Amino acid sequence: MDVEILSRLQFAFTISFHYIYPPLSIGLGLIMVIMEGQYLRTKEPVYEQMARFWTKIFALTFGIGVATGIVMEFEFGTNWATYSRYVGDVFGSALAAEGIFAFALESGFLGILLFGWNRVSPRVHFIATIGVFFGSLFSAVWIVVANSWQQTPAGFMIEGEGLRARAVITDFWAMVFNPSSVDRLLHVWIGAFLAGAFLVLSVHAYYLLKGRHVELSKKAFKIALGVATVFSLAQLVVGHHSANGVAENQPAKLAALEGHFDSLAVADAYVFGWVNKEKQEVTGIGVPGGLTFLLHNDFTTPVRGLNSFPEDERPSALNAIFQFYHLMVAIGMALIALTLFAAFQWWRGKLFENRWLLWIFVFSVLLPNIANQVGWFAAEMGRQPWVVYGLLRTSEALSKAVTANQVLFSLILFALIYTLLLALFLYLLNKKIKVGPEGTERIQHNPRQEGMAEAWGER
Amino acid sequence: MPTLLGIDYPTLWFLVVGGLFSGYAILDGFDLGAGALHLFFRKEESRRIALNAIGPVWDGNEVWLVIGGGALFAGFPVLYATLFSGMYIPFMLFLAFLIFRAVSIEFRSKEKMKWWRQMWDVSYSIASAMLAVLLGVVLGNVLLGMDIGASQEFEGNWVEFLNPYALLVGLTTLALFSTHGALYLLMKTEGRLYAKLTILARRAMIFFLITFALVTLYTLIYIPHLSDRFREVQWLFVVPVLAFLSIANIPRLISKRKYRQAFFFSSLTMALLLIVVAIELYPVLILSTLDKTYSITIYNAASSNKSLGIMLTIAAIGAPMVLSYTAFVFWTFRGKVRLDETSY
Ligand code: HDD
Ligand code: HEM
Ligand code: HEM
Repeated sequence: MDVEILSRLQFAFTISFHYIYPPLSIGLGLIMVIMEGQYLRTKEPVYEQMARFWTKIFALTFGIGVATGIVMEFEFGTNWATYSRYVGDVFGSALAAEGIFAFALESGFLGILLFGWNRVSPRVHFIATIGVFFGSLFSAVWIVVANSWQQTPAGFMIEGEGLRARAVITDFWAMVFNPSSVDRLLHVWIGAFLAGAFLVLSVHAYYLLKGRHVELSKKAFKIALGVATVFSLAQLVVGHHSANGVAENQPAKLAALEGHFDSLAVADAYVFGWVNKEKQEVTGIGVPGGLTFLLHNDFTTPVRGLNSFPEDERPSALNAIFQFYHLMVAIGMALIALTLFAAFQWWRGKLFENRWLLWIFVFSVLLPNIANQVGWFAAEMGRQPWVVYGLLRTSEALSKAVTANQVLFSLILFALIYTLLLALFLYLLNKKIKVGPEGTERIQHNPRQEGMAEAWGER
Repeated sequence: MPTLLGIDYPTLWFLVVGGLFSGYAILDGFDLGAGALHLFFRKEESRRIALNAIGPVWDGNEVWLVIGGGALFAGFPVLYATLFSGMYIPFMLFLAFLIFRAVSIEFRSKEKMKWWRQMWDVSYSIASAMLAVLLGVVLGNVLLGMDIGASQEFEGNWVEFLNPYALLVGLTTLALFSTHGALYLLMKTEGRLYAKLTILARRAMIFFLITFALVTLYTLIYIPHLSDRFREVQWLFVVPVLAFLSIANIPRLISKRKYRQAFFFSSLTMALLLIVVAIELYPVLILSTLDKTYSITIYNAASSNKSLGIMLTIAAIGAPMVLSYTAFVFWTFRGKVRLDETSY
């Protein structure tokens, strides 16, 4: 295998793994803020209990998110050196802003969030939780801006030629607010809120089914259900807007998302299907003219298809892109149906009466996480063969100094380490869920005045 | 070329990056040093206290590396690309150890079994020590210069990074971090662990003095070009002299049991040594050992002035914020470590 394939594999693998954790942290951050806010408002200890419980799970997702994120930051330089030289001028400022405004805020307050329960007042602790939550939101901002700039470059000019060519920033705000960044940022945020909310729903549905922590779980479940319902609906709106943006700025990607080949014709929208690249056709069930309608609100305006682009400017993994995209949309619809139905049961006062509904919630935690992954896969593979859309090809973006064997070594290294991490994560998550929220009597509000001996209490 | 206070933007950004790396060395340096010493603490209690001494802060300290890396990418993309791809294997190992350090701290306390804790203790300690060594190895290679070709790419063999000089700098870094870590722990602990640390701090200091002397000799004898700047601009000689004085102060204060001051001087030492390095290099970042004109300098590696200007603004807004909540966190967790149910 050559350096290009290996480097792409390694990048896809390491970023996909990283992207399991930040969405959970961001989503849990939102839920923790709500829980602690409720605690401050009502002074009911049950809210403190649940906030403390979720903080521990947050610590787990956050820790792995940090450990795997640093890999990503270094990988631009190690594996994509030519790309780094090319985009550094534009994109560096986004990364620098990310470090200073987001990560520092996040990990600064994290110490207080995790270890400060008994050291600072509830109000200061609440502020720390908000600090961590905002930090995680900002982390998403800058990195998504950088990635969106790759998808729809703006606010730059090209300087130099050949190997020395690079993009130079001309307008910072045009770079930040490039055509796709706002849509995609909202979409990523909401995807993260859904991932977090469904984790909370899943765990508390499980407790309810087992008859453990019942009062606490009912309250927590309702908080998360509220969040999940609102954002499932919002995700459809934002996703639709994003698709319109893709149609405008990356027509070749849009054609790939729906498997639309004809150069200029009315395009269909599929519910599911199978793309045959050789025969240039899609077999499946869909709405004739559906894509045209979604984009133009009529059934007659033609849409540019893949054949209107030169062979070497079309994404190649057409079926995969199609499947990933349709899986995401299907999951989006399923989440809407599920949360609306549950909200309706809540309104009727029967939310906790259907055991099967709770069982569905136990397993539905997988859905938003899968959608988050395949959404990125569709977006990133649809961008190929470009690293920077229309400007720099993936095959040209590699590190010249790195050999295939070196990349193979690091790929195997990360495969081993990440497998171990995933196993540990699942094991510890499972364990924390088994232990559950601690009773109020275990909470020590002011250990500084107690002797060391008592404070020894093991977790 | 736009300037600020008469200094051009690439030079300013060079200072910013240097400041970030000094901050990283001082802050994560004590975490890594404490980690490297970890296996010397025999009792479970001592290990827990040592871990909780860095518990609330190590993650924030590591962010300095993240910001430093980002600042390098942003300000000197060519350096970032060439150095990282040229030293692929050491950086990959560095990342692997960074992961192991982080997860060892996180996971150790999650189970009570003896073997579980021992396993994470070992991986934590080895990872911390290796991180210190690898940082030194990279620094050593940057000081030596690398085989940079005409297209600003590394053209040498990938094993070159393992040379005696770089390894020696690696050991020196380990020794300095260990001393620094021991001093930090001395401020945060009491009782048995404290007693043990008084001995460890002294030994680490001796280890550092030996390796440092060797590095200094090696540099003066085999890499004379590094001292050129000091011969040209003689008043700059104050800086290495201050660095030596600062180093000399550490054992003095250790023997007087003034650990807080000693910690201050080990921090100062790191900053001064990095300033010495900066003076030796500037304006070259990596000297090409193939042809001097291929060298990567702050000018041919820098982003555009427009971009640097934007980032200087970002840094000016961000720095006070970062410093203020860093201070707040350290203040919240001031004093000796107390364990409670939220501890590791
Ligand atoms: C700021 C930049 C950035 C960000 C935020 C992301 N990516 Fe990306 N991605 C790249 C920058 C990039 C890249 C460096 O530009 C790659 C490397 C090779 C390539 O073609 O583009 C890439 C490739 C790439 C590939 C391989 C595509 C292919 O080779 O066909 C996948 C599957 C992903 N990414 C997935 C993700 C996921 C799941 C992300 C969510 C966190 C993500 N990317 C965020
Ligand atoms: C290639 C792209 C990416 C790079 C280079 C990157 C880099 C990093 C780094 C260096 C860290 C550790 C920061 C620390 O030490 O505190 C981190 C953590 C984090 N990243 Fe990423 N990241 C990438 C993609 C993303 C994306 C797309 C998101 C959007 C949701 C994201 C959100 C976060 C969050 C929230 C954290 C904090 C840890 C956590 O919550 O799990 N990252 N990332
Ligand atoms: C409900 C219907 C949905 C529609 C119409 C939709 C639409 C889209 C489109 C068009 C893209 C590509 C954007 C681009 O390439 O610039 C995308 C990407 C993405 N989607 Fe969705 N989406 C939907 C649901 C979801 C859900 C439920 C999730 C997760 C919970 C999700 C997560 C993502 C992610 C993480 C990306 C990659 C980031 C990005 O490019 O914005 N999507 N989506």
